[in-house]
Amino acid sequence: MNARAQKWLVSGPPLVYLLFFFAIPTLIMVVASFRFPGDYDPLAPIFGTGNPDEVAGLTLESYQRFFADPIYLELFLKSFLYATATTLLCLLLAYPLALMIARSPKRYRDILVLLVILPFWSNFLIRVYAWMIILGEQSVFAKGFNGFLGLFGLDPMPLLFTPLAVLIGLVYVHLPFMVLPLYANLEKHDPALLDAAQDLGAPAWQRFWRITFPLSLPGVYAGAALVFIPALGIFAIPDLLGGTDGILIGNLIKQQFLEARDWPFGGVLSMVLTAAAIGFAGIAAWFARRQRV
Amino acid sequence: MALLEIRNVTRRFGDFVAVDGVSLSIGAGEFFTLLGPSGCGKTTLLRMIAGFDAPDGGAILLDGQDMTGVPPEARDIHTVFQSYALFPHMTVADNIAFPLRMAKCPPGEIPARVEEALDDVSLPGMGKRFPNELSGGQRQRVAVARALINRPKLLLLDEPLAALDAKLRERMQLELITLQKEIGITFVYVTHDQEEALALSHRIAVMNKGKVEQLDEPAKIYGFPKNRFVADFIGECNLFDCTVAAHDAGGLDLAIEGLGKVRSAGAENVVQGAKGTLALRPEKVAIGRELNAADCVNRFHGKVFDYLYTGDVTLYIVEVEGGQRVEVMLPNNAVGRSSKFFEPGDAVQIGWRDDAGHYLHD
Repeated sequence: MNARAQKWLVSGPPLVYLLFFFAIPTLIMVVASFRFPGDYDPLAPIFGTGNPDEVAGLTLESYQRFFADPIYLELFLKSFLYATATTLLCLLLAYPLALMIARSPKRYRDILVLLVILPFWSNFLIRVYAWMIILGEQSVFAKGFNGFLGLFGLDPMPLLFTPLAVLIGLVYVHLPFMVLPLYANLEKHDPALLDAAQDLGAPAWQRFWRITFPLSLPGVYAGAALVFIPALGIFAIPDLLGGTDGILIGNLIKQQFLEARDWPFGGVLSMVLTAAAIGFAGIAAWFARRQRV
Repeated sequence: MALLEIRNVTRRFGDFVAVDGVSLSIGAGEFFTLLGPSGCGKTTLLRMIAGFDAPDGGAILLDGQDMTGVPPEARDIHTVFQSYALFPHMTVADNIAFPLRMAKCPPGEIPARVEEALDDVSLPGMGKRFPNELSGGQRQRVAVARALINRPKLLLLDEPLAALDAKLRERMQLELITLQKEIGITFVYVTHDQEEALALSHRIAVMNKGKVEQLDEPAKIYGFPKNRFVADFIGECNLFDCTVAAHDAGGLDLAIEGLGKVRSAGAENVVQGAKGTLALRPEKVAIGRELNAADCVNRFHGKVFDYLYTGDVTLYIVEVEGGQRVEVMLPNNAVGRSSKFFEPGDAVQIGWRDDAGHYLHD
């Protein structure tokens, strides 16, 4: 077998998979976003039967609707802010953890990495329900927290169904996706570089700031992309922890498909979200490529 | 006063004694080499001088100041690492400027000093390159320039030429000697390569099993090794077990099994019947079909057993009539001859002067 055939044999199956389960559905949604919503079906037909009462064909109506009402862009902005905050908090929490794992003795590292991915062994929804209990009014945690506020004469504050609960949930769910790429990067750093920096007069924080951190930027960008992009479209967390006004763009998209049965508008929202995600992934990749590591 | 004083320094790792009561005194402006096989403790000693490791006993003094508890970043000592440890995300100029920035040098001065440092190591105008765009020799020079830019009191070099090919290594050796002479900074150089140590150093400390076996100038180390380990480690050497048969004012008569009676120059405090080793460099042994050199008092007939042709010289292994094998080195520069003088099986005579060998006490 020649090298060319071998290459296709190896890359063929994933290519076919992505074609069927990513490219074609995406294409269907692109087309759907230009169609009319149907009366009974979610989509009206593209080619009508000629009946003048029938709605058929392609339209920009849904796009016009999206840009006509600022509430949709505001919801995008809100989702964007939540995703940004989630990414930054994940970075702040994950960096020290990843560094600690990368610098621990080799025989412990695998166990520590295993502990990071341990939550994946139980169902995502069950873990979010667990947070509902933890943040709920009657939980020991909420009572302790409000008791603590009481010490300063502050009124008790609800935790569940607040923006804070959404943020806690988002950070919790995405944290491993930041830890793993950071760890993978930090683990490869040559310890001789830190020795050299120290030898040449750099105290501990200079060694971190001038050597470790810049060299870890590809890991930071990879982690940021892995957290930011899913956080932008997530709907389960705001659904469960966010209460009535806690919805994000993901919830709206889900509503369009499942409740309003307005696929064209859902398609428009999905297109905008996909475009934004590709944009951010592109920016992250561009930053990562500028690093010479 | 010595620039660097190492006083009775010991370092243990569990039961293993890596450095065992080493005392050294290194003067300002000296090119000093720690030479020894891997595991002899030379790198551990270097790391303790740099401050990355602390002695379990003894003290290290720089310029009369005890360095105990002083972290590496606060020592006026820089290191050229074996791997060079250039910062891959910084340009050559930023790498070289790093110690200046750490020392809070005014930013205005930095570019000129970096350019000067690049000139010193013959890399003018290379500041904008990244380390991965340089050859091995160029990286080595950048590492040296970076370590020297703010003129530390002491430069440590940890096998800096080990990763280079032989030709380049020779050139870099010459460059290092010149650079050290020009800037006058004390170099402490660690290597396991005895030729490199002999070529570069003012003084060499030969280390083995955590101890200094001999501390001397290169010519003394090579010519007058103090013991069997040094004789064996430095260069090619015939080592014969021997017994002192007689001694007088002129020298020693040694009895060597498989060879016979050998006349050797005198040594101090020798008693009859003492056991020792005769160290004899192969290049000090003459070889011919028939030797007529009158000053070769030690002469033996034998047969060529084998030889090793290395271009400039040929190393013959001659089996003498008594059965002992002797290594003999012959330069390949005789005019009008083929490069090989003798073939295995040829009958030859070998011989050496009485002061060619060197008697070592056991």
